Amino acid sequence: MPINAESGEFKPMIVAFCCNWCSYAGADLAGSSRLSYPADVKIIRVPCSCRVNPLFMLRAFQRGADGVIMCGCHPGDCHYTSGNYFARRRMALLFSMLEYLGIEKGRVRVEWVSAAEGQKFAITMNQFAETVAALGECKRLEDLRCQP
Amino acid sequence: MPAVKEIQEKMRARAGELLRDGGVSMALGWKRGEFCHDPEPAFFESEAELDNFVYDGFSSPLLSKYLIETIRKDKQKGEGKGSKFLVFLKPCDSYGLNLLLKEHRVERERVYAVGVGCPGMLDVDKIRAAGVKNMRSFDETETEVTIHASSGDKTLARRDILLEKCLVCKGPEFAVQDEVLAPGLPSFEGGDRFAGVTELESMSPEERFSFWRNELSRCIRCNACRNACPVCSCNKCVFDNPQSGVQAKSNADSFEENMFHIVRAFHVAGRCSDCGECSRVCPQKIPLHLLNRKFIKDINAFYGAFQAGADAEARAPLTNYEFGDVEPGAVVKRGGGA
Amino acid sequence: MQRIGVFVCWCGSNIAATVDVDAVAQAVKTEPGVAFSTNYQYMCSEGGQAIIRNAIAEHKLTGIVVCACSPRMHEATFRKTAATAGLNPYMVEIANIREQCSWIHKDREKATVKAIILSRAAVAKLNLDSPLTAGETPVTKRALVIGGGIAGIQTALDIADAGYEVDIVEKTPTIGGKMAMLDKTFPTLDCSACILTPKMVDAAAHEKITLYTYSEVEKVSGFVGNFTVDIRKRARSVDADRCTGCGDCMEKCPSKKSKSEFNQGLSNRSAIYIPFAQAIPNVPVIDREACIKFQTGKCGVCQKICSAKAVDYEQQDEIMTRRYGAIVAATGFKTINLGRFEEFQYAQSPDVITSLEFERLCNAAGPTKGKVMRLSNHETPKTVVFVQCVGSRSTVECGKTYCSKICCMYTAKHAMLLKEKYPETEVYVFYIDVRTPGKGFDEFYRRAAEEYGVRYVKGMVGKVAEENGRLRVQASDLIADKQLVIEADMVVLAAAIEPDPSARNLATLLTASMDTNDFFTEAHPKLRPVESPTAGVYLSGVCQGPKDIPDTVSQAGAAAAKVIGLLAKDKLVGNPCVAGCNEPLCNGCSACELVCPYGAITYEEKTVMDHGVREQRRVASVNEALCQGCGACTVTCPSGAMDLKGFTNLQIMAEVDAICR
Repeated sequence: MPINAESGEFKPMIVAFCCNWCSYAGADLAGSSRLSYPADVKIIRVPCSCRVNPLFMLRAFQRGADGVIMCGCHPGDCHYTSGNYFARRRMALLFSMLEYLGIEKGRVRVEWVSAAEGQKFAITMNQFAETVAALGECKRLEDLRCQP
Repeated sequence: MPAVKEIQEKMRARAGELLRDGGVSMALGWKRGEFCHDPEPAFFESEAELDNFVYDGFSSPLLSKYLIETIRKDKQKGEGKGSKFLVFLKPCDSYGLNLLLKEHRVERERVYAVGVGCPGMLDVDKIRAAGVKNMRSFDETETEVTIHASSGDKTLARRDILLEKCLVCKGPEFAVQDEVLAPGLPSFEGGDRFAGVTELESMSPEERFSFWRNELSRCIRCNACRNACPVCSCNKCVFDNPQSGVQAKSNADSFEENMFHIVRAFHVAGRCSDCGECSRVCPQKIPLHLLNRKFIKDINAFYGAFQAGADAEARAPLTNYEFGDVEPGAVVKRGGGA
Repeated sequence: MQRIGVFVCWCGSNIAATVDVDAVAQAVKTEPGVAFSTNYQYMCSEGGQAIIRNAIAEHKLTGIVVCACSPRMHEATFRKTAATAGLNPYMVEIANIREQCSWIHKDREKATVKAIILSRAAVAKLNLDSPLTAGETPVTKRALVIGGGIAGIQTALDIADAGYEVDIVEKTPTIGGKMAMLDKTFPTLDCSACILTPKMVDAAAHEKITLYTYSEVEKVSGFVGNFTVDIRKRARSVDADRCTGCGDCMEKCPSKKSKSEFNQGLSNRSAIYIPFAQAIPNVPVIDREACIKFQTGKCGVCQKICSAKAVDYEQQDEIMTRRYGAIVAATGFKTINLGRFEEFQYAQSPDVITSLEFERLCNAAGPTKGKVMRLSNHETPKTVVFVQCVGSRSTVECGKTYCSKICCMYTAKHAMLLKEKYPETEVYVFYIDVRTPGKGFDEFYRRAAEEYGVRYVKGMVGKVAEENGRLRVQASDLIADKQLVIEADMVVLAAAIEPDPSARNLATLLTASMDTNDFFTEAHPKLRPVESPTAGVYLSGVCQGPKDIPDTVSQAGAAAAKVIGLLAKDKLVGNPCVAGCNEPLCNGCSACELVCPYGAITYEEKTVMDHGVREQRRVASVNEALCQGCGACTVTCPSGAMDLKGFTNLQIMAEVDAICR
């Protein structure tokens, strides 16, 4: 989120929740294939996309994140068979609600990335970072008390 | 068709009967509050206490939730094992009781649910807005309400002073009941309960943000919404639990307050029966039902029509899934539901 | 307060070239809980691990953060390192600064900043780690196979050959299943009984296998390694130990009007009967519904005639309770009810038959001694129409959307068998597609079409009508684009197959999930195809999805291998990162139970202490042996009572906070 005082360049802060079995492995593959994406993206490993509580996403925004993305196994491929289906419903409702509250829709995203889709992971992160950077700083869900 | 006063007497008599020899140890109803327009939930343990029993156009508070604590205390006492509690339900209240049953918050065998017909509940703010000052008493029929006030007597059409939730009434049927007194009062159903949501959806994100900023920043975190809600019944709310990591008290200057309301709405998503109590009890008049109805509208659109509390068996939408469910990305692309 | 050691790996130049490893080690020094930090060329090498072990001892560390490659690469390595130095192996966190940092970023400054943030997040998480111990449960070294068809028999044989006890529970009076009813098998045309019956004998004779025929599973409790199962042994009314299988009782039985299940109702059997000659066990059973003695009390011929004194009218059902480590579902299939497909006249005309009925007609031991005849007048048919995909790949309500997989091949087989027996017969096969993906399958189909002159017509039969004692078959030929009318003597319908109806109830008993067609679901459709999502429950044969005999036998062997793998262990070591319920917070609402894919959550009435008050409450309880640690329950729980060890709410939020700081 900090804006570089000298260059004035905006560096978005992006949190990516990745499931251990597909998306985190996809991110690893992007890495071993040397496919670059912005350093603004920081990954948090969770066992399954169904472990991602909407609260965690709101928490990230509250603490100053500018974009939050959740990645999981493709529908039908969940390591735990059904986790991503529940996650999909939760996120569909959450995203719709955030938009309803006037939060810019580009700041949240769900993408299904398999362990073989290193390229998709990198492309997704590049696109998402670009979208979030274009939206600028996220002020609408930030908790002022958490800022220095 | 009995007048509302007659229904009240019927209820009083039936409660007396049941307390005397009907196997219920306590009746949960309403008693007169400080003013004529704020009856409050009350326990009646004897026939004598029933003198204060009130059922009228302001008997809006939903009672079933009090059963949780009542039964819990009864269990702690260890005596009166298996004693039953009478609870009065308006048709829309029955959905709330069903949810409590479904989520095992209340045991069915502990409840004796008496359904009562409802003439539509009144909104004191609308009465005030009609120029009434210092309301002292009132007479009501199914179509008209005559207010006696220091500003003089005034007769208003019932429809014009109904609570918002009664204008989109779910109808006169009971989702659960053991017996029904005075069934079949006409209801005012037929309104589009999603009109408010649709209107907000049609605004620009900036307008929506400033709408909610304006509404939610008035929140004083009194927790009235939470306390009135029949599904917001956690033993300990995450927002009150220091161990949860999200405990937070009032911070009215920041949009952080949204967190509480978003999370609350999310926790009740798929479980909210749209009883409207949250908005009714809000001292700051925040239209909280617009958050819940957004979820309901989306759930209906994405996963098929669902009425929480209509039965005690159906899986709530968030504990269910279909292979072909809508993708979150598609939801956002189409501009938020609808 | 933790005492954390942070170990930053260079990974040669893989990390160090892009990330200033020393700066990372320095930056995390001031993080809460960090007591020590250092960097080294290869943390995973013996030298690197020695540094970690020494630091744990020297600085009395309570946990370590290794900033290195992906945890998918070396998390296990460093957990072992920690364990050898006396730390709990779960007091280890990995910051992935290679795959997710140095390898993808070129700018050294940015990469270093990111590496510091990732390391901080790992430290923040570790601060909230607590030692975890994997639960251990003993394994009962005995398997239960439910279903005694070829799938169940093969699974049982493979498990028993590895030295473990196996029980087979079969609901009919004999093992053998559907394969016993078949005449020949594709694509080799060898006789089904010739290859199946030796296996049935092997199973019966195997010292490690116990057969419970005419029995059903009634109750299942417990979990992987420790199931307790109630089996109902239905009363046979014949003492199996005394019976010699002479068959006198069947011969003398006056009630002979019951339809033979084995012959698909094409012949009658007596009330006391052995389903077929090679049945195992070769012990009759009394069908009490059909038995005159049981219905009227007046008969008792079989008891009188039995020289072995084996007939016992007083015999009662018996419930046995047995313990198993693993359970295999092998409940098989049945053909769908064709009564609702009115266009084919199956219910109306005796000359319209199913493929399984045709199979019995072809069979030398069948009701017609192998003579294919019209059931209406016992004449040999001159024109036979085979219709494929009857109810398979169907969009109508009474049909099935899936491909039944075996019909293309057995229809080719039937057509060939018919042509071999009666070369003059005109044989038509109507198909949507001919699917032959199997070894030797396409060759087999082409032989039918090319060498045997079977007329394959792409198109569906629209209507079958009885007319002047023959069957008028209206169909479309999609390739010639014209309507055909064929005067046939016999129509054979390749009815779709569906899971045996008993599977539904079994799935409930096992808490194993099913798809919308009532086939059992796999733990993973690609990687764990013979395991059910319910640990310790395995799938064999058609109960998991349509398959032919070779596929069934392969899958049966695969299921057996999984069972053997389980039974070979003395103890099961669980994954310690499992869900747990904070009981005072639990509302008892059941939401978590509904989303758990493993049936690991149950509810119990328990005494809970909440703020000094002792109460009876309904609370969730997690079976740690079943929980796989997905976390679905944690998010469904509104009160935060459910949490996941190793990935707690507070830990994930601490990571979020550290990243967003």
